[in-house]
Amino acid sequence: MSLMRILIIEDDRDAAAYLTKAFREAGHNVDHAGDGVTGYDMAYDGKYDVAIVDRLLPKMDGLSLVGALRAQKNDTPILILSALGQVDDRVKGLRAGGDDYLAKPYAFSELLARVEILARRRPQSLSEETSYRLGDLNLDRLSHKVTRAGLDIDLQPREFRLLEYLMQNAGKVVTRTMLLERVWDYHFDPQTNVIDVHISRLRSKIDRDFESPMLHTIRGAGYMIRDSAR
Amino acid sequence: MTALAKLFRATAFRMTLAILGASALGAGVILGIVAWQVIALVNDQIAQTIEAEANGLSEQYAQGGVRHLGAIIEARSREPGSALYLLTSPAGEPLAGNVLGIPPGVLNEADLVDTPYETSQPSEKGPGRRALARIYALPGGFHLLVGHDLGERARIGAVMMRALATSLIFLAGLGALGALFVARRVLARIDAMNSSTQAIMAGDLAQRLPVSGSGDELDRLALHLTAMLTRIGDLMTGLREVSDNIAHDLRTPLTRLRNHAEAALRGAGDAPAHRQALEATIEESDRIIGIFNALLMIARAEAGADRTGMKSFDLGQAARDVVELYEPAAEEKGAALSLSAAQGLMIIGNRELVGQSLANLIDNAIKYGASETAKPYEIQISVAAIAGAVELSVADHGGGVAPADRVRILDRFVRLDADRSRPGSGLGLSLAAAVAHLHGGELRVEDNAPGLRVVMRFAAESPLPQATF
Repeated sequence: MSLMRILIIEDDRDAAAYLTKAFREAGHNVDHAGDGVTGYDMAYDGKYDVAIVDRLLPKMDGLSLVGALRAQKNDTPILILSALGQVDDRVKGLRAGGDDYLAKPYAFSELLARVEILARRRPQSLSEETSYRLGDLNLDRLSHKVTRAGLDIDLQPREFRLLEYLMQNAGKVVTRTMLLERVWDYHFDPQTNVIDVHISRLRSKIDRDFESPMLHTIRGAGYMIRDSAR
Repeated sequence: MTALAKLFRATAFRMTLAILGASALGAGVILGIVAWQVIALVNDQIAQTIEAEANGLSEQYAQGGVRHLGAIIEARSREPGSALYLLTSPAGEPLAGNVLGIPPGVLNEADLVDTPYETSQPSEKGPGRRALARIYALPGGFHLLVGHDLGERARIGAVMMRALATSLIFLAGLGALGALFVARRVLARIDAMNSSTQAIMAGDLAQRLPVSGSGDELDRLALHLTAMLTRIGDLMTGLREVSDNIAHDLRTPLTRLRNHAEAALRGAGDAPAHRQALEATIEESDRIIGIFNALLMIARAEAGADRTGMKSFDLGQAARDVVELYEPAAEEKGAALSLSAAQGLMIIGNRELVGQSLANLIDNAIKYGASETAKPYEIQISVAAIAGAVELSVADHGGGVAPADRVRILDRFVRLDADRSRPGSGLGLSLAAAVAHLHGGELRVEDNAPGLRVVMRFAAESPLPQATF
């Protein structure tokens, strides 16, 4: 994972200190702002790869801050953190210009995975590409064909979207809730291992008959697809 | 507050007073106009009489001059009920007539004049008499006054005044009676409402406002307030249940959490043991957060607060998404999910909540729907338009639920004893029921003979497919 410049705008000192430490341990550069106005000033020139914005902030609340940045054509990817986790709150956060929304309390692994994926989007969105390639694995978005080492792999439509999302974020951790959001468009917590079973089915199709596995389970976090042969 | 003060403060009483005042004013104005017209008529008649009289005297004067005129006036003055006459010399001394004195200056008036006068006539009225008179100037400086007593006109005015007074007294009496009746009747009912309201404010939410049964505005008000109170009561009950639930059912996992931490701290454990304890702690706190979120979601759905997130969506498609999500997990447990969904069954609702509810129902069916005979055991999910509504059902062929328990299992945290050993929070069905209510529908728990069938009913977004095709 390449190094990112992260701005954390959070008024709770303990939470900010914890996040700063955790992101630094993950190898990123972190700055912290304790209120909305300071945060806005720091994010203004767009030098950060991603900003994490708490929804309730002193001086300028999180949604206004995001709206103000967007009005300045500042396209810093923004993840909104909030204690308000209802569906409506989420929609409001995204409508204000946030790129992602995470309800408190959250697992740090979830936040890290989301931030890393958000930050990478920035220079050039890969979602426009028509095909993904990872080692000997190929996915053609137009013909919906997947091959590995030249062999056709037959995937169900949902499995195709699952693989598509994983390959789009190859080398990054993708959490179960992220998969549920992107592939099924649901934001609830499925509680059980439903996503794991989908992954193991997909794994059996793309990895079982080949030497080096590509779809890895990251303990306590989620999944990652990467070319481990190299 | 005294009864009288309360009466005066009562809206009904004050309104009656205002109406009474307005009608009194109206009666006064009408009688005033009539009186004014009558007086004008009387004045007119007097003027004509005076004119005729003067014409007659003018002829006499033409025949015999002032002396003859004086004699005629003296003669006429003696007739009972005669007009008023006064002939004066150029020096202003009275020469003949029945008027003894008039205020100075009146003789110079050219027009009809309303003036007090004194008379020699025997009078039933005494002094202070007034007359309407006209002064005619004769050649040689003589003046002739011909007038008419205004007693009759005054009598008419008095009659009018009496009529006005009588009608005002009558109106006042009638109005006071009406006010008393209205005020007492309305006041009594409002007093009853007020005392009920006070009881409610004191905390007795079961109190209801009295209804007279007449179906009038006050009854409607009472009924609306009662409906409002019922709704508030329901919300309060929901709130109380949530806090009770939090108190009772979050204590258990919180205690477990604390025990994990305590055990890890007490034990001489090495690093891996501590790590394990920490992992167990995180797992337990995640479970608590999950319960907390589910409770909040149920409470919000029950309060109907999430209506803003409602939009039109295809229930069949939403169900297909959830079924696809659970299908591999179900297969792993030995269950087969089958979905039958008609096309284009749209409902207006919150797709997230409906999806979560269906996930809960499928999860339950996978856990409890295992059948002795069929392997894999079948779970049927269907979306169908039924009698103007759209029904989403999940049916299994498992052990089912005894009829006695079918209502109870919708309550929060209720888990049937047989299922205690299996994981679960007992909130899944509660959420589904709350979500069905939020969407103007209901949740039914039915016998699938054998097994369980849970039906969520939603109001359909019209037109329904059978109406269009």
